[in-house]
Amino acid sequence: MNNKSRLALLVIALALLVVPQFLKNYGIYLLSYWLVFVIATMGLNLTVGYAGQKSLGHAAFFGIGAYTVAILMKAGISFWLGLPAAALICFVVGVILGFPALRVQTIYLAFATLGFNTAIWLVMRNEEWLTGGTFGINNIARPALAGVSLEGNLAYYYFVLAMAVLLALLLYGLLRSPWGKAFTALRDNPIRAESLGVDIRSYTLLSFAIGAAYAGVAGALFASLVQFIEPAPFAVGASIMMYLMVVVGGPGYFFGPLLGAAVGVLLPEWLRFAQAWYLFVFGAAVVLLMIWLPDGLLSIPDRIRAKKQARLASAQRAAAAQSAAKATGATA
Amino acid sequence: MTHPHHHERASGQPVLKVSGLKKAYGAIKAVGGVSFQVQPGEIFGVIGPNGSGKTTLFNSMLGQITPDAGKIELNGEDVTQLGPLELNRRGVGRTFQTLQVFGKMSVRDNLIVAAQEHSGSMFSRMFAPSDSGLGARADALIDQFRIRHVADKKAGELSYGQQKLVDIAMAFMSDPDLVLLDEPCAGVNPSLVGGIATLLKELNRNPKIGKHSSFVVIEHNMDFVMDLCHRIMVMVEGQVMAIGTPAEIRANRQVLDAYLGN
Repeated sequence: MNNKSRLALLVIALALLVVPQFLKNYGIYLLSYWLVFVIATMGLNLTVGYAGQKSLGHAAFFGIGAYTVAILMKAGISFWLGLPAAALICFVVGVILGFPALRVQTIYLAFATLGFNTAIWLVMRNEEWLTGGTFGINNIARPALAGVSLEGNLAYYYFVLAMAVLLALLLYGLLRSPWGKAFTALRDNPIRAESLGVDIRSYTLLSFAIGAAYAGVAGALFASLVQFIEPAPFAVGASIMMYLMVVVGGPGYFFGPLLGAAVGVLLPEWLRFAQAWYLFVFGAAVVLLMIWLPDGLLSIPDRIRAKKQARLASAQRAAAAQSAAKATGATA
Repeated sequence: MTHPHHHERASGQPVLKVSGLKKAYGAIKAVGGVSFQVQPGEIFGVIGPNGSGKTTLFNSMLGQITPDAGKIELNGEDVTQLGPLELNRRGVGRTFQTLQVFGKMSVRDNLIVAAQEHSGSMFSRMFAPSDSGLGARADALIDQFRIRHVADKKAGELSYGQQKLVDIAMAFMSDPDLVLLDEPCAGVNPSLVGGIATLLKELNRNPKIGKHSSFVVIEHNMDFVMDLCHRIMVMVEGQVMAIGTPAEIRANRQVLDAYLGN
């Protein structure tokens, strides 16, 4: 990390700490909502961005996390048990969903995961005894931490922020470890990776499982944030939206999810003035972005650097050609 | 020799022993009963016209395909049924005909990832340092391959020749017993071909860097093969036509007529 990005990070961190103090309830709620999606897309960024597995089923894990916490809390079990349970269940289901990825890749894998998402969504909608069906589950409480109630919007925001920072640090450590290189190798060239002793089977399964666990935690936080869940936010459309957040932010860029989730969650709020035109404007923005920046918003600095280097190299070549011409001129 | 071997080896035992290898695709016999041995430290060339079965032979030795019949032994162990991952863990390195580097990783990380899975368990690697303690080894190869000036660049941004060097260096990171090189000169600038031959000779004999690895090389560049290899096998239509030293192969009437021409 260079000094410029360190400074940017510091500014963002300060803003996240201070700005909510000056926001009204809805603004705080919206920021919490954004952070929940940052956590979910951090996980998806690992699966899609780092390990290269095209998953369109992430909202299913998000939903499993939310319903796990909601159902357990309705049964009188503490949120603090529900949260790790949500992560663990999603991890296990993530391993299972990883198995198709050992057989199919790219668009075929995307469709397989999309089918999985639909199946989970149908369970949420149809198994009323468990999930409340289309009526959902309401009055989901917010927990208390060491005697401090997180009921208020501001308190809950800081709790979600702390979780996001903790999970970001964990992911950062994981990506810096040899695992990070193995995931990237798996994405860039699985056949070569295998020929170098990288167990691509295990890493594929793990990339799904860890990504799913992040979605599970995000889902659990989501349930307590919105306090009422029903199947709609966990349908296939939500998975596509999360995939879009990863792609827009920059897949394989550590801070991509911060920007991507902002585009997916906050931009629609800012575009409210456009009313009926909102979806059109949003769609057009995404199309333009994909044309000009296929590697996402965070690829902009890399692009500028590459352009600078290319200019420098061509200048050097020109200078070399000139001096070579002079030399041959002298000998002739 | 300072580097530990992957397996204890009885003296005189070949590193690689292929016996009666057969592979057919439908009615087409790609490889029809091929046998040969590669001794420790030997550079063994495989030449032959297109369609002579070299690639099928290679893919069998690398666990990419399972042969119909025959046996492949590595240091005396039957590895005929093993896949690429198991073969690599047992000390088989390889390069590919086309470039196969990890484009978005730095050159140094390309080298580190090429050996990091060879020590410890998956779980222990989760807490291992970023370079898995392989930094010094990677730096030694970076210097030997003269790619220091691009070591921190992304591999995908290098020139073709530089990427080829990275690709070859990766195969040597884990100190393999046997390295299979699939057309190491394909697409390489003629001025670099000599450099690659020199490097491979160094890696073959220098006990400080690589131990005495054995190589199997497929290559169309005859000067390169004749210069580099200790022995050469000529394949024609899935059969072994001749095995011998470069001088013997050059003098072989049958080989001249069938392949080398003129």
